[in-house]
Amino acid sequence: MAKQREKVLVIVQLSGGNDYLNCIVPWEDPRYRDARIGVRITEDEVIPLDNGLGLNPGMSAFKELYDQERVAIIHGIGYPTPSRSHFRSMDIWHTATPDRVGEQGWLGQAVRQLDPSGSNVVTAVNFGNGLPRALAAPGVPVASVGNLEDYGLLTGMSGAAQREQALSAFSRIYTPGVGSGMVMDYLGKTGLDALKGADILKQAPKLYESTVEYPDNPIAQALKGVAQVHFADLGTRVFYTVSGGWDTHTNEVTLQRGLWEEVSTGLRAFYQDLEEHDLGPEVTILVFSEFGRRVKDNGNGTDHGSGGVSFVIGDAVKGGHYSEYPSLDVGRLIEGDLAYNFDFRGLYTDLLEDWLGLDAQEIVGGNFEKISPFVDAVA
Amino acid sequence: MTTAAKTGTELNLIAHLLRRTGFGATWDELQECAALGYDGTIDRLFNPGEPEHMPSDIIRRYHPDQSITQIAPSSGSVWMYRMTTTKTPFEEKIALFWHRIFATGQTKLIQGKVMLTQIEMFRQFGLGSFRDLLVQLSQNPAMILWLDNQDNHKDNINENYGREILELFAMGVGNYSEEDIKECSRAFTGWTIANMPYMSIRMRNNTLRPYGYVAWQYRFDPDDHDEGEKTFLGETGNFNGDDIIDIICKNEATPRFIARHLYHHFIADELPVPQWPFEGPKDPEAIQLMVDAYFANDYNIGAMLRAVFESDMFKSEATQYARVKAPVELVVGTLRLAGGFDWPTQDIFKATAACSYMGQALLAPVSVEGWMGGEDWISTGSMVQRINFASDAMGDLTKKGIKAIIDRVSERHPVGEVAPMALVDDCLELLGALQVEPDTRKGLFTYARAQGEINPRTNEGARKIASVLQLIVSTREYQLI
Repeated sequence: MAKQREKVLVIVQLSGGNDYLNCIVPWEDPRYRDARIGVRITEDEVIPLDNGLGLNPGMSAFKELYDQERVAIIHGIGYPTPSRSHFRSMDIWHTATPDRVGEQGWLGQAVRQLDPSGSNVVTAVNFGNGLPRALAAPGVPVASVGNLEDYGLLTGMSGAAQREQALSAFSRIYTPGVGSGMVMDYLGKTGLDALKGADILKQAPKLYESTVEYPDNPIAQALKGVAQVHFADLGTRVFYTVSGGWDTHTNEVTLQRGLWEEVSTGLRAFYQDLEEHDLGPEVTILVFSEFGRRVKDNGNGTDHGSGGVSFVIGDAVKGGHYSEYPSLDVGRLIEGDLAYNFDFRGLYTDLLEDWLGLDAQEIVGGNFEKISPFVDAVA
Repeated sequence: MTTAAKTGTELNLIAHLLRRTGFGATWDELQECAALGYDGTIDRLFNPGEPEHMPSDIIRRYHPDQSITQIAPSSGSVWMYRMTTTKTPFEEKIALFWHRIFATGQTKLIQGKVMLTQIEMFRQFGLGSFRDLLVQLSQNPAMILWLDNQDNHKDNINENYGREILELFAMGVGNYSEEDIKECSRAFTGWTIANMPYMSIRMRNNTLRPYGYVAWQYRFDPDDHDEGEKTFLGETGNFNGDDIIDIICKNEATPRFIARHLYHHFIADELPVPQWPFEGPKDPEAIQLMVDAYFANDYNIGAMLRAVFESDMFKSEATQYARVKAPVELVVGTLRLAGGFDWPTQDIFKATAACSYMGQALLAPVSVEGWMGGEDWISTGSMVQRINFASDAMGDLTKKGIKAIIDRVSERHPVGEVAPMALVDDCLELLGALQVEPDTRKGLFTYARAQGEINPRTNEGARKIASVLQLIVSTREYQLI
């Protein structure tokens, strides 16, 4: 595996709103204790970091990556006039367009820059059902994979022989005939692209060998899929994964801890795998959520808030804290939420320009302050 | 398209009509309509009888998981269940039509119940006078909150609704001025939600059930209504919202705009709406036909559509299969062919989620501009979802619709095996008189022939027949309607 690979970006989306206060915990701050009567990480549980902050007790595997100086913590990330709707706020993160409804996903546009002719149908691979809006852009092919092991078309065909025959018939009946019209031609091309993507991707698990055992949870298994496709060297530059269930209105302490255990152990396994294959330096991960949660708890959980935390992880990353933890002073909260103090579009600019080597301005719609999380800026 | 199946022309036309005005038809449904004839089927569309789906109160009583209408997947699923089981699908198709144009999203409202109330209003008023419909829309609580008309005050107008009723809902860009938007907004001041201060506190304290179980109600607030003189589209007076709607409805730009939308939904894919001010309609005669029907019938939408369904243009070959199926049409149509649902189950949620994966989240359009439709539905990701959803449904031999198809094949070939070409033609016909290109038919034949002996009376034979159905719903033609 001596060949130098192109740089890839892996997204880990925490859907539902990761509670910032109980993720990066200001556990020594009396204002935290006052606000979080029922939903608090206690000093026995917290994993202390520095600056009076600590990690959620589910993040011990994450702490190992942090100690290896691979983790940049971006504090107080958000955007002006926050939306507390999951859908709208996620859409804003996906399209990098807070002020109106955006038309194209930020990563879909990035893929178009990476592969303008759409010649590689697996330049972007999403692990999950449906296409996140982040990856949606007209004419940009994206493979959306539920499970790599059985990804493909006509997966509901009962016998292997029948499926082979059906796929061969599919390929024949999708080949555009003469004079069947533009829509039929477009359907034909798209159907065959989908088939081609499936054929390419199904090589990946066959080529994969590793001693690393990934935990048996959805996000860890998705990260294993990322590793398989990355190792297979199929030219994929953008990977998308989603962890769900972060909308902790009730039973937050237990739920969030469990979720962070899944994500943290998944990321640790992923890094062990990358190291084993000596393919770590080409990978950067962005972990984000659509918003943080309300400062004051509701007794058993927390409601939707605004300012949150993101992470950039990788061998190329300068570990540490970026931006500042927003003030917990009641007077400085905005409608009971932490005020954002860093615009996420600046972080996107870092990733697009200095990691993928692309033109960010058009995608994020302007110039935004960057945090420069990389050891060596590239491109 | 070339007719492949050995079906009569009128049956094919009825199948076309039922795909456009509903979600396609099973063989039995087609036979029922064949007895009525094409014109009789049109009559029945407009006098449909009872929907016969499970009533909402029964769903709420016995299927509480379908009743958590605060969140989109559940309320979307309530509608999904109704679409897959109703005996009057035209009502649902009309509701879908208006949902696409008057696109309101739970994304902002968070509460699903008010969305379902809006959809019910579309069923009730969607085929009637456009004037009545616009009045209902302007007083619809979901719409008021969606476009901020509760913040449209006499001393401080909010133009959101005033602009969109002209631009997106009734007339289209280029038929009014910025000044008209302001005057229109002034006329709609005071059209608000009852007890708004309380509702906005609930809104700020956003929890899983931000509005609790309190239903929003429309209220006209005379104290917040601008009583001054307004000049709108050249007319001057102390206009209220109703007067503005009257002026909108009598302007010829309005039926032209609505007719183009109707064309896009019922006849053939049009250009995306933002291009309409710059590019004329695909078929100006079809638009004129609808505009004439609109003025001759007191702005009646049903009359516009009836004129279309009765026209030679609608029956022509060029109009058949001229639209890309929207995800909801694909999912609901496939489920109905497979036999629908006897009661609400988890599969309804899966069907709703499948639509969302294909790009059409019911009750949650991305923006007020709705869904573009046409080729916009097709991407490599959505193709995998579409093909796998449809072929999975056809492969389920426990479904009564699939069993019925296999039984019918068996009846048609009472002795021994079925020849591959006969089987392909039977399957195309039994899936609602589908028509495919000759090359597609050949491909299906090659597949069927490779299956060897097919005896519909054996389990193996049934599986093979189901696999032919699976391949048929994976074709390009099945992506079209």
